[in-house]
Amino acid sequence: MRKTTFKGTALPLLLLTPQLVITAIFFLWPAGAAIWQSLLQEDPWGMSSQFVGLRNFTEVLAEPEWRGAAWNTLIFSTSVAVLAMGTALFLAVQADKSIRGANIYRTLLIWPYAVAPAVAAVLWLFLFHPSIGLVGRALNEAGIAWDYKLNGNQAMLLIIVAAAWKQVSYNFIFFLAGLQSIPRAVLEAAAIDGAKPVRRFWTIILPLLSPTAFFLLVVNLVYAFFDTFGVIHALTGGGPGKATETLIYKVYVEGVQNVNLGSSSAQSVILMVLVIALTAVQFRFIERKVHY
Amino acid sequence: MKRWLSSLGPHLWLLLGVLVFATPIYITLIGSTHDASTIGRGDVPLLPGSHAVENYTAAWVSGGSGRFAVSPASRMLLNSTIMALCIAVGKIVISLLSAYAVVFFRFPGRMIAFWTIFMTLMLPVEVRIIPTYQVIVSMDLFNSMAGLTIPLIASATATLLFRQFFLTIPDEYVEAAKMDGAGPMRFFRDILLPLSVTNIAALFVILFIYGWNQYLWPLLVVNDRSLETIVVGMAKMIGTGEAQNEWNVIMAMAVLSLLPPVAVVIFMQRWFLKGLTETEK
Repeated sequence: MRKTTFKGTALPLLLLTPQLVITAIFFLWPAGAAIWQSLLQEDPWGMSSQFVGLRNFTEVLAEPEWRGAAWNTLIFSTSVAVLAMGTALFLAVQADKSIRGANIYRTLLIWPYAVAPAVAAVLWLFLFHPSIGLVGRALNEAGIAWDYKLNGNQAMLLIIVAAAWKQVSYNFIFFLAGLQSIPRAVLEAAAIDGAKPVRRFWTIILPLLSPTAFFLLVVNLVYAFFDTFGVIHALTGGGPGKATETLIYKVYVEGVQNVNLGSSSAQSVILMVLVIALTAVQFRFIERKVHY
Repeated sequence: MKRWLSSLGPHLWLLLGVLVFATPIYITLIGSTHDASTIGRGDVPLLPGSHAVENYTAAWVSGGSGRFAVSPASRMLLNSTIMALCIAVGKIVISLLSAYAVVFFRFPGRMIAFWTIFMTLMLPVEVRIIPTYQVIVSMDLFNSMAGLTIPLIASATATLLFRQFFLTIPDEYVEAAKMDGAGPMRFFRDILLPLSVTNIAALFVILFIYGWNQYLWPLLVVNDRSLETIVVGMAKMIGTGEAQNEWNVIMAMAVLSLLPPVAVVIFMQRWFLKGLTETEK
């Protein structure tokens, strides 16, 4: 709270207008519309619609396809988060050990952050394409039938790797900053008391790093839920079959390709609840960190 | 000597990490210098070939020739640049203004305004795809640069960042400005803006990358070839991923699509790191 402020009501409202108008037209109105449409059922010709209460929700939640997509999302996002955070933590610990080179390695590791998810997917496709990719071809020649276009598990593996690859740099930056802020004196004291490096890692470094790790977990999950649409769209299109169709991809398919507004809106609203929950968790955590 | 040896392990791991991270880019770079038949056979060599000029020319001038041809890269890079700049500058301008209003004034509805902006954080475009698309169509913004950028320039994160920064500005500055007879806009222009330059630069780097890498939104609101952006265009060229694709041109296109944002991160690294760590507070 500032003590000294300027007088006036018209000016601040004027300054807020652009932001508020855009927020109202493109955020609040569509979100409201999604909630409203999720309660309606349109006839197949789109001529009329009737109020059906929560029927779209019960139908969506009972759909085997939706449950499949929810399962895919769970597998996909936990794998991306674990892979991206694990790799980043390992590399950050290594970089923290060699204090001299840490910044050079940081430069060499952060640039994938700037690569668009869809482009990241294509880069990995060049490696894992069954006939033109270096690795994909090598696998086939070694007798492993590799074709992400036919095998659902392989397709899932490929989008996980591509999505995680891009996110490691982000996690690395935060883990390295977290590690560098741990007081050296604490670690030296433990070393003098005879704690070996592995023990120092588990009993001192990891607990002190846990706020960072928790924050990154939320960020990685949000990333895997929403920002990876491009990876899936460019690489597998949700296939083969529906093996890589996540919840967000299903909303897109339902709304844009099948034009099933009621169902698509109900799915959007379910996702909205999910984001609100994740954001709430994130902010509760940040509040706690302030008191930490 | 022992010290040197003990740091050898970490260095080896880090070098391995750097290599693994660079491999996909390296293969793409190499691929973009060979002809289509070499890549199509699956014999991607590990060293550059001699077709770089023709591949990049094909990407730049024609955007491929096959079934999945897109706009020329020159056109798409221009579109992406305009889109990224509009989004970054737009977000910064409207967030500066609204943070200024919320922090430096007391007026009725202040908290409502703040929470309204804050709520956008919880409504990413992915969860309101269809209704937002309907709004764009009804406003006649389909297939326009305005439709591509304006809905994305509302920004809770940028507003929160500037608010956070404005709260640290000492009251004495405001008092001094008032005593000298400077009005609120004068204070904003001559004192607040110069103080915010580092924050603006840091935010610009992050937001430029955010804008450049948009995928779902351009896919939805633009189907006019002349407005195609490079990230979406490049992905379109893949089609269903057939071996007969013009992979050489696609690889050149991929390199062109990632070069600008990667260059921004590398050359503006200091601001990038500042922006990244501060927007997440």
